[in-house]
Amino acid sequence: MTEKLSLQYWIAQAEEKNTTFANYCIQNQVEALELTAEEILERMESMLAVMREAVQTGLQGVRSVGGLVGGDASKLDEYLKSKPEKAIGGTVLSKAITMALAVGEANASMGRIVAAPTAGASGVLPSVLFTIAESYHLTDRELAKGLVVAGAIGMVIASRASLSGATGGCQAECGSAAAMAAGAAVDLCSGTPSQVGEAVAMVLKNMLGLVCDPVAGLVEVPCVKRNAGAAAQAIVAAEMALAGIKSAIPVDEVIDAMGNVGGSLPKSLRETALGGLAATPTGRAWSKKLFGHIEE
Amino acid sequence: MNIFDVIGPVMIGPSSSHTAGAVRLGNVARSILGEPVLEASIGLHGSFAQTYQGHGSDLALVAGLLGWATDDARIPSSFDHAREAGLSVTFHKENLGELAHPNTVRFRLKGRQGGASVITGASIGGGRVLVTDVDDFPLEFTGDFATLLVMHHDRPGAITLVTGILSSQGINIAQMRVSRKQKGALALMVLETDQPVGDGTIRAISSLPQVEAVRRIQAM
Repeated sequence: MTEKLSLQYWIAQAEEKNTTFANYCIQNQVEALELTAEEILERMESMLAVMREAVQTGLQGVRSVGGLVGGDASKLDEYLKSKPEKAIGGTVLSKAITMALAVGEANASMGRIVAAPTAGASGVLPSVLFTIAESYHLTDRELAKGLVVAGAIGMVIASRASLSGATGGCQAECGSAAAMAAGAAVDLCSGTPSQVGEAVAMVLKNMLGLVCDPVAGLVEVPCVKRNAGAAAQAIVAAEMALAGIKSAIPVDEVIDAMGNVGGSLPKSLRETALGGLAATPTGRAWSKKLFGHIEE
Repeated sequence: MNIFDVIGPVMIGPSSSHTAGAVRLGNVARSILGEPVLEASIGLHGSFAQTYQGHGSDLALVAGLLGWATDDARIPSSFDHAREAGLSVTFHKENLGELAHPNTVRFRLKGRQGGASVITGASIGGGRVLVTDVDDFPLEFTGDFATLLVMHHDRPGAITLVTGILSSQGINIAQMRVSRKQKGALALMVLETDQPVGDGTIRAISSLPQVEAVRRIQAM
């Protein structure tokens, strides 16, 4: 199967070479993909363009296929624009959760998105990257480097744990997306490679055990709002890491723990729509209304 | 695995397994039929059978049969395009047994030029797919590589002739499997290659006396 990668090893290598984690990961992928750094970053810039359009799609106020979600990103956007002083989490957090909802809703309404790492968790990474880009006046080229960092983190999680809700629960989807976003954020804010690792460790610790329990089996409830929650978690962890706060458990061990927790989750809490919110009376009523049957 | 397996694919939502994977299954099925599809009867198993409408899996499967990519903005309206293209599609629930992956689809396809094929495949997560059966030949390929299906007579030397043509064109075989229903009857070679296989090479393989039919699936 897949070779087990180590984020700690990559971080140590980057520290030893005295380079940023982004530059280390780009070099690593130049060799693996037989592409130039320019080609990799251009491809990532085209992903950013799709992500930006997805934010705009969601902000227009779309309706999902199943009809369970939609319109919340534009509701939050209007609320914050009319009363910016009311943003209790400050403008950075409120912008991030607005964009996370927007992409989540765009996805649920069959809009075009970038799976990062999955479609269900596709709102987290763009929301965090674009929010930071606004605060720090970052170019798309810099954000593209952030996507490389995010991709590298996702590769390690895939090899040691999982990126799939059916295998590892929502911690593997929204949790991994938050880890990728937190690590990218730290690198974009001039954090060290070690701080990237600390951010990944801390966000995964905070999302450990999150179950995948989609109502009626759809990527709507609770998925869209969990994107907003995961974006917030990413910012929390990045902030702590940039301040020099360390995780007591090393990042590779945290990822392994996430994989073990995912394996211990009952099948009912791994995307089967048989447990959690999907099994509530309201969740079951939605399933019956949409598909004329209840998941047994 | 590389960073673009994590960041990507660019796709129409909402689900990499139930939407993007469904498009890819449709793409592969069309390639295996080897001609534009006229009629498709699509059996949905497991999770696909339960939730396909809510994920647009039905729209995505049809988009795939039309040969579209996972990020084609027309996917939500694929049924209209199918009608215009003269492609008739029906869906039904089909129990493919306990062992089948929860996201399995069985296509029964008829083509414009009279060909027919029955293809079974699963969407195994993240938009990746696994084809498990073609015309009652059990097999396994993902479409991650350029893939050739070579229907041939089970006789000594058939495999050497086919692989010889590929090697003469500088095409490297990454994986290869052969299956047959019974000794000496028709057999199926599945060849996954590192390089795309050109039209001339396909013609050369098709003209071998041992070979009945060749189908090409482009790498995804």
